[in-house]
Amino acid sequence: MAETHSLQDLRQAAVASKVFVQRDYASGTICKFQTKFPAELESRIDKQQFEETMQTLNNLYAEAEKLGGRSYLEGCLACLTAYTIFLCMETHYEKVLKKIAKYIQEQNEKIFAPLGLLLTDPIERGLRVVEITIFEDRSIGSR
Amino acid sequence: MMKNREYQQIDPQALATPTPTPPPRPLPEHELKPKRARRKWEVFPGKNRFYCDGRIIVARQSGVLPLTLGLILLTSGLFFVFDCPFLVKHLTSCIPAIGGVLFVFVVISLFQTSFTDPGILPRATPEEAADIEKQIDNPTGSSSSYRPPPRTKEVIINQQVVKLKYCFTCKIFRPPRTSHCSLCDNCVERFDHHCPWVGNCVGKRNYRFFYTFVVSLSFLTAFIFGCVTTHLALRSQGGNGLVFALQASPASALELVVCFFSVWSILGLSGFHTYLVAANLTTNEDIKGSWSGKSGNEDVGNPYSYNSMIKNCCSVLCGPMPPSLIDRRGFVPSDDSVQTSPVEVELPAAKNDINMCTHGTKGLLETASRSPLLTSSCPQAKPQAAPAVLEPLPEVTPSPALEPAKTTAGRQSTSTPHKHHSHHRSKGKQASHHTHKTSNSSPRPHHSHSSRRKDSKNRDPKFSSLR
Repeated sequence: MAETHSLQDLRQAAVASKVFVQRDYASGTICKFQTKFPAELESRIDKQQFEETMQTLNNLYAEAEKLGGRSYLEGCLACLTAYTIFLCMETHYEKVLKKIAKYIQEQNEKIFAPLGLLLTDPIERGLRVVEITIFEDRSIGSR
Repeated sequence: MMKNREYQQIDPQALATPTPTPPPRPLPEHELKPKRARRKWEVFPGKNRFYCDGRIIVARQSGVLPLTLGLILLTSGLFFVFDCPFLVKHLTSCIPAIGGVLFVFVVISLFQTSFTDPGILPRATPEEAADIEKQIDNPTGSSSSYRPPPRTKEVIINQQVVKLKYCFTCKIFRPPRTSHCSLCDNCVERFDHHCPWVGNCVGKRNYRFFYTFVVSLSFLTAFIFGCVTTHLALRSQGGNGLVFALQASPASALELVVCFFSVWSILGLSGFHTYLVAANLTTNEDIKGSWSGKSGNEDVGNPYSYNSMIKNCCSVLCGPMPPSLIDRRGFVPSDDSVQTSPVEVELPAAKNDINMCTHGTKGLLETASRSPLLTSSCPQAKPQAAPAVLEPLPEVTPSPALEPAKTTAGRQSTSTPHKHHSHHRSKGKQASHHTHKTSNSSPRPHHSHSSRRKDSKNRDPKFSSLR
């Protein structure tokens, strides 16, 4: 029977393996990750849950890279100021990256950690992969 | 709670004053580990050089950036000092104003092109590389003695088959439009070319700066050329003749020569890049003819184009600014068992460009809340958390003390490797035969920056690497 873990417990747990979810380039160069459920996670997490998480991540990245009125405005303004505006303003992309970081942390706390998994923010892997660390399922008392 | 555990390690005094004063760098994270935490730029595997504690990134060889800058400063300086007074008196004072604006644009965009991370892809972590290796079928089994054949993966983008190549240096499958620059030894996203004139690669993140630079430089050159011509024409009126005019203002002669030889190549280059922007192509793709339907394959078309010039222009030049993926100013995680949760000291936004230095404080709170999750599983090693909280508001201007020392070292290395402008040698399939499929500008000659230099070092800019 699986013990529930908190994030603290994960620190003491040993890493059993890592799963890497690669990028999906079918839509071009935009940042999008494959939503296919990796076989190694079958015993750990619900497929539906996983796909939902990935889909939300993909939507967030799509929002960051969306070409719309707002990004054009930002781009034009930046161009007119010889891009010095980047010194004082946080770009839209950065704002969404923060949102993504928060979302991943939430997901880790609520869903993944109790199952002995840990999602790594793709930005730390150069937006190449979503790294999911699978911890050994030891019996650790949860706090 | 987790956060408390982090903060136990932090020097409370430093915590109390997160002001714009740099923290003492060798911050001991733990009594048993007096070794100071190193920033990631110090262990960066590529051939780039970093200044200002990782805020500024340049290629290993600065190329002819000093020459570019010198020529621009010299010509503009001479213009403002020798031509403007006369023209202001005889024409209008708008002239130095316009010239000033153009000059500012040129210099700022040049620095941004040179010092911005072009879109370098960080190399794969060992686990990632191992995972990819596993997925690639290797029927021969023991292939330790020789390099396996190049691996490719095919992807369908917009009904086009695109081949993704495996990069042996970075140990990743390169995303579409990504290329490995041999000069910088990095994979760069949306790789355009490696430009020695700016001393950096031109890629996804700094293409708009490069384009602004080239366009504003062509305007500036044309403007100075026009003004100097007018100046000399006005002076030689009244029967005095051109020779007299030149004698009266010798600086104008120099400016005339420089501008005359550069305006054609620069104008041509900006025309070429305008075409590339409108077609959503990179120089690399254009040279290789990736989407031009070579070898009789008529189904090939650019899958990344939006099929609308306006949309292409907007997406390339005014699209969202992607973050830098190499965490230059982050700290290297401590050795053991940190592979589980790598260190992310600052937010991606805060780490990278000099442009984004000011986000340091904004990122502090966020980072503090993130770091418990992301620091290592080893409870004692906390180099990451400590600096995260302490990270001050970095200075925007580069520290002058650091720069000259390193720059001189860099300038000495403008040697043979830079004789040819190679951006990706291994992909030079089309050899020296370069054809422009459709181009607003005249063919090859307009690319030859070499004409700009007085001595005729024949540097055929972008395409000589195809030999």
